[in-house]
Amino acid sequence: MNTLPIILWVAIPYASIAVFIVGHMWRYRYDKFGWTTRSSQTYENRLLRWGSPMFHLGILMVLAGHVVGLLIPREWLYAIGISEETYHFGATTLGTLAAALTLTGFAILIYRRRTVGPVFLATTTMDKVMYVFLGATMLFGTLATIVFQVFGSGFQYRETISPWIRSILGFQPQPELMADVPLLFQLHVLTAFALFALWPFTRLVHVFSAPVGYLFRPYIVYRSRDDGRGAQAPQRGWEAIKTPDPDRLHKL
Amino acid sequence: MKVMAQMSMIMNLDKCIGCHTCSVTCKQAWTNRTGVEYVWFNNVETRPGVGYPRGYEDQEKWGGGWVRTKRGRLKLRSGGRLAKLARIFSNPTLPEIQDYYEPWTYDYDMLLNAPKGQQVPVARPKSLLTGKNMKISWSANWDDNLGGSLETMQDDPILKKMSEEVKAEFEKAFMFYLPRICEHCLNPSCVASCPSGAMYKRAEDGIVLVDQDQCRGWRMCVSGCPYKKVYFNHRTGKAEKCTMCYPRIEVGLPTVCSETCVGRLRYLGLVFYDADRVAEAAAVEDDKALLQAQRDIILDPHDPEVIEAARREGIPDDWIEGAQRSPIWKLMQYEVALPLHPEYRTMPMVWYIPPLSPVVDVVTGSGNDGEDARTLFAAIDKLRIPIAYLAELFTAGDIGPVDAALRRLAAMRSYMRGISIDNERDERIPNAVGMTGTQMEEMYRLLAIAKYEERYVIPSAHNEQAHELEEMACSLDFDGGPGMGGAGPFGSSSGPAVPVAVENFHILADRQTADRPSTPGRVNLMNWDGNGSADGLFPPTAGPVRKTGKRKDPS
Repeated sequence: MNTLPIILWVAIPYASIAVFIVGHMWRYRYDKFGWTTRSSQTYENRLLRWGSPMFHLGILMVLAGHVVGLLIPREWLYAIGISEETYHFGATTLGTLAAALTLTGFAILIYRRRTVGPVFLATTTMDKVMYVFLGATMLFGTLATIVFQVFGSGFQYRETISPWIRSILGFQPQPELMADVPLLFQLHVLTAFALFALWPFTRLVHVFSAPVGYLFRPYIVYRSRDDGRGAQAPQRGWEAIKTPDPDRLHKL
Repeated sequence: MKVMAQMSMIMNLDKCIGCHTCSVTCKQAWTNRTGVEYVWFNNVETRPGVGYPRGYEDQEKWGGGWVRTKRGRLKLRSGGRLAKLARIFSNPTLPEIQDYYEPWTYDYDMLLNAPKGQQVPVARPKSLLTGKNMKISWSANWDDNLGGSLETMQDDPILKKMSEEVKAEFEKAFMFYLPRICEHCLNPSCVASCPSGAMYKRAEDGIVLVDQDQCRGWRMCVSGCPYKKVYFNHRTGKAEKCTMCYPRIEVGLPTVCSETCVGRLRYLGLVFYDADRVAEAAAVEDDKALLQAQRDIILDPHDPEVIEAARREGIPDDWIEGAQRSPIWKLMQYEVALPLHPEYRTMPMVWYIPPLSPVVDVVTGSGNDGEDARTLFAAIDKLRIPIAYLAELFTAGDIGPVDAALRRLAAMRSYMRGISIDNERDERIPNAVGMTGTQMEEMYRLLAIAKYEERYVIPSAHNEQAHELEEMACSLDFDGGPGMGGAGPFGSSSGPAVPVAVENFHILADRQTADRPSTPGRVNLMNWDGNGSADGLFPPTAGPVRKTGKRKDPS
């Protein structure tokens, strides 16, 4: 087999996944203080009020769509009565709707970021790099959908891309599945993996802080001065006092 | 009964001269950093006035605090958990920075370094958000001393609630100052609004804090607080708030605002309260009953049952003694102190002694004796408008408690004049307001003499665990370590927390060289701390010169 497919459809995905996982662990340990949404709503709200909910709700729909389309084998869907036609219709309409929402929201937010002075000044280099890859991924994904699913005869990604991604996640990579996938889909996949590799080093980490726990905790939180230490380990030489081991005392 | 201790504050508004020393020293201590330029943990408002941020008391607009549902339960005014999460992508009630004010600096450097020209150089105001020239049109105390208030007064949410007659009457000005810090509420709606669970109330002393490592910048606390005393640091993307100077409180020192108050009007001390009854007290039906409900859950620290219960909760004996000597407990007993906006149902714990001075001013202004009890009582009866205004602030509109507090203050005034000028104790005066002469003298001592050690009764924290002092041991580990020297790779202030000692060293070094908008390489003398010789401070010499620190010997 050629080297290129192996690099593109085995090496890059695994490297990216590895960076994604290790990067998040490292970032969480190194930079808890920097782990935030870095919201810019206090600077400007008129555009954000529209752009942000559109983008975020859209991207959540996109995420759900990808889970169904990529991770769930189609046989399972057949089993619960979702035929190929039903799936295709649902995926294409909902997917197009989600893409429209996401891209419009994204466009509003990027316009805002560039034109509103304080927001632009608060934009880091890492933000800009991330927007390029995020934008590219969304663009290629949307183009692929429009070209092949909406106007084309429909590309059967559930026979190629989906089993391939499951083969990657199952540690039995089958790069040959990606060989005949149209270029737009290939680009979508590659920019997505580049984005995953960047992810832990950008503000996107806030995705993993989605405050689901809020639904289940009591309203008022009490803490004691002593347990505010969190994950911070005691500094060397300052561990809490323990009862001495009697055996060792005896030896002294 | 579950006894909990609360560090609380009372401010005697009669003594506030509106000098803003508390605000300035607080700002220097806590918010003199990028990202919180617009933030005043302590601010002093002129009332009537719109306050800071503009019109923050209008909860119809800002949605802060709690409301009582028809079923008698408490719910956050801007919506419960699901509503909060649904609005997380764009918080509809979040104040924008313009609602506070756009922070600015001046191009001072231009005064020294402008090229020769026809005009005298001026230091133009520069926005700290955009760096561009700006027109200053609002600030944290723009309507200070009622300045320009004819333009803005109609926006005072309290005046809006009152009748037309009142607004007209305003022309016969009454005015007082209202210093505000975080209320460190017993039922804090900011804590309840935080999706990340990063905000908490300290179990030991009730101080409400934000865990900076856990805050994810969802900014629900900012809108959840009806007093708008949680702020969003727009650089770090995290919430910050008044900490009640907990590092000082822990070692028995008063807060910076209290310590530096020239009017000596702030009191600090512990109160015990029954944590089991907070929710019930905050949910009483009538807004006007909230003050009494809050008074009822404050426990008498002399009551043997309370002492016993406090010991069971592990409250140390010196704290119990501190609660007994607490000026807060005493002033609450005299019923001269009132909470700010109890109708927000957060059970605020910074209380105020309403100002008698507007009344006295009117009496003396009309040529009468401003220290005569009967004249003052009559004036309190007659001056419905200032008193109704105070009632809207402190008792949800109930005139009674304000009236009673002012009467006691007036009685104290004339009773003490009798003692010191006429050398007579007219016991009828204290009796008329339901007090004894002895009580009145004690209250006078606390309010007028206001000795330092009587104003601040702060038992220090119990800090037996040695590892609490860890920061002292590890500061050298950080020399050259990650996070040194300002911004990390993920934007400003990313990276792990830097120990205070190290941070200060670098802040000092940076400060001497950072603020120089128009002439790189020059030092801003305003920021020079007198140590070291920063680049450009002295004419060049032959030998190499380090940026800060001592000059190296060339040999």
